[in-house]
Amino acid sequence: MPTFVYMTRCDGCGQCVDICPSDIMHIDKSLRRAYNIEPNMCWECYSCVKACPHHAIDVRGYADFAPLGHSVRVHRDEEKGVIAWRIKFRNGKKDMDLLAPITTKPWGQEIPQLADVAAPSDEMRNSELLFNEPKYVRLDDGGLHTLESNGLKLKEGVYY
Amino acid sequence: MAYKTIIEDDIDVLVAGAGLGGTGAAFEARYWGKDKKIVIAEKANIDRSGAVAQGLYAINCYMGTRWGENNPEDHVRYARMDLMGMVREDLAFDMARHVDSAVHQFEEWGLPLMRNPETGSYMREGRWQIMIHGESYKPIVAEAAKKSADKVFNRICVTHLLMDEAQENRVAGAVGFNVRTGNYHVFKAKTVIVGAGGASNIFKPRSVGEGAGRVWYAPWSSGSAYGLMIEAGAKMTQMENRIVLARFKDGYGPVGAYFLHLKTYTQNCNGEEYESKWFPALTEMVGKAYLDTEGQHLSHKPIPTCLRNHAFISEVNAGRGPIHMVTMEAFQDPHLEEIGWHNFLGMTVGQAVLWAATDVDPKYENPELTTSEPYVMGSHATGCGAWCSGPEDVSPPEYFWGYNRMTSVAGLFGAGDAVGGTPHAFSSGSFTEGRLSAKAACKYIDDGKGEGIVVSSKQIEDRKKEIYKPLETYTVGRNEIVAGTVNPNYINPRQGLDRLQKLMDEYCGGFGVNYMTNDKLLQIGLKKMKILGEDLEKVAAEDIHELLRAWELKHRFLTSESVFQHTLFRKETRWPGYYYRGDAMKLDDENWHVLTVSRRDPKTGEYTMEKAPLYHLVGDEEG
Repeated sequence: MPTFVYMTRCDGCGQCVDICPSDIMHIDKSLRRAYNIEPNMCWECYSCVKACPHHAIDVRGYADFAPLGHSVRVHRDEEKGVIAWRIKFRNGKKDMDLLAPITTKPWGQEIPQLADVAAPSDEMRNSELLFNEPKYVRLDDGGLHTLESNGLKLKEGVYY
Repeated sequence: MAYKTIIEDDIDVLVAGAGLGGTGAAFEARYWGKDKKIVIAEKANIDRSGAVAQGLYAINCYMGTRWGENNPEDHVRYARMDLMGMVREDLAFDMARHVDSAVHQFEEWGLPLMRNPETGSYMREGRWQIMIHGESYKPIVAEAAKKSADKVFNRICVTHLLMDEAQENRVAGAVGFNVRTGNYHVFKAKTVIVGAGGASNIFKPRSVGEGAGRVWYAPWSSGSAYGLMIEAGAKMTQMENRIVLARFKDGYGPVGAYFLHLKTYTQNCNGEEYESKWFPALTEMVGKAYLDTEGQHLSHKPIPTCLRNHAFISEVNAGRGPIHMVTMEAFQDPHLEEIGWHNFLGMTVGQAVLWAATDVDPKYENPELTTSEPYVMGSHATGCGAWCSGPEDVSPPEYFWGYNRMTSVAGLFGAGDAVGGTPHAFSSGSFTEGRLSAKAACKYIDDGKGEGIVVSSKQIEDRKKEIYKPLETYTVGRNEIVAGTVNPNYINPRQGLDRLQKLMDEYCGGFGVNYMTNDKLLQIGLKKMKILGEDLEKVAAEDIHELLRAWELKHRFLTSESVFQHTLFRKETRWPGYYYRGDAMKLDDENWHVLTVSRRDPKTGEYTMEKAPLYHLVGDEEG
């Protein structure tokens, strides 16, 4: 389902160009609007569709196996933290609205700035622990699993 | 050449490729290296790059030790069983004991994990999988990486690693070009963590034309994890262990939630259960230790992924295809129906598009399944990747050389698809591996192992010439013809990719030959690969975008060559359903209960192969 761009809705802002993971949304130099330059490298990931501020980008199923006449549209709202989908079948018999959360917190605020947290002790550096461990492994006072704590031993080439 | 050379110097930790592995590495590196210079080079935009760009509806690797669900060794046992014994159990144990701490942080950062309303624990899809609303999984972890990194260079296609000229076999950074400006970027670094991806599109895909992009793994996963490391002379392991996926036909929509949560099941065209009848013969092929249907039934052990594929493939070959997923029962429940659709919208929108286009309503019609073309990657039910050191407190001497997740090249680390022998890491495990490699990389630097690196301007200039050569080839060759793409002196990247895919399919066990190969076919294939390699010296790029495709192709080529060499080396059929060696159709534990390890000599291009011992840390039965 490669993406395509509606001529009358695109204003050439380039948000899709900026986000496309496959580098296939480019600006047409004479029309100054975006288009998909390489449909057979499109994963239908919808990153550009979600990023377009004008809903100018849509998807038409891959010509080699998807018939015409369907629609899967999306609106992603970072502030409200939700994504809304609408799926319409070719035969018109199914028309679904689906809503899902995309985050439970305001964007980025709960992610720690690790430059500002206390530096690890030498003891921690020499241990197998990572940041926030051992606490975050089980969210209790338990330690990290080791071979010893779990009663394990590595044996060479054993056929169990 | 008009393109500028932009040098980023004095980097401590360079993260090459920032999917889940790379973001984990960049994030964690800041904690252990407060004053270190951490730089990310990413081929796309970090907010939507890598295999998780469009989101995920599940985290497939979560122990749940907090809820008393599993211990790390249980996961090792599971991964080993699923991979027919071939796992680096030290690495797998290490990943599993840390992975929950990553998942708990994701929840704190805002990733919506579903909860079981009765128990309060996470909603389980299966024993290892938890369900999430993960549309924004990648933007969320990208945020964490951006907070930790000094600089993020988006749109840099990293083509090569730089090597130290003072000390043999030590990494010194990486080079590449900006796919928009065309500028040449040089990153001089004490350590490099390769977080780049595995390989889609190296075997001929089932889809043709436009649909060639609807591959199971992302089309931008160009095998760069392997291309970069192989080219630098890093040892690789288990590269023969490609994966074939049983998925919804054409759209390759995921089946995990359908099987595990929605309790759908498969049947042949006559509406019959077909798997079990193939098992007795399969037990003869692989031995009772790997498939003991009766015992397995009693112990509720899952059947390995490849063996279920085998039953699927065999049933279709017997003329009783297509295989259907029986959804009509589960989808009568409106709640389950909604989950079925959300599952696609959250991670494979294309499958929803396809069903809308073909009027397939799974409530009234059981959709078709198919087995995909093979893929080479290291974080799903397969363990391709670099031969890496394990952690000090777990690994035996053969598996330990100082720094966790360091490859056989000093200062070169891996995460996610890049690390071999660690299947079933998935997104959370890849992120965790990134964290582990970041801590180890900081220690490597603190131990003074990255001092005195020398990179001559000759090395930098030579690479620059090499990188832009396809543009030059085009300019010169294009003038000889009137118009079009047919030229006697060059091929374009698409033509090269088509040739590679056909070759891999026909000689290395693609879907077109029912995943079958043998010694003779592999030998012929390798000869043809050698010539393709020569022709790739003449790959031509019309513009910078095509130059990107040219270098992706070169990485895919190096990956494929390694897959050929490994497949040739392992003279047995270890994973029926992934591929078959027609000249050795049985699993052979006497000779091949080992990991395969290869090295490509960067100077000569010659391969050397060796066997490495397998160490086991758990028995088959749960305590």
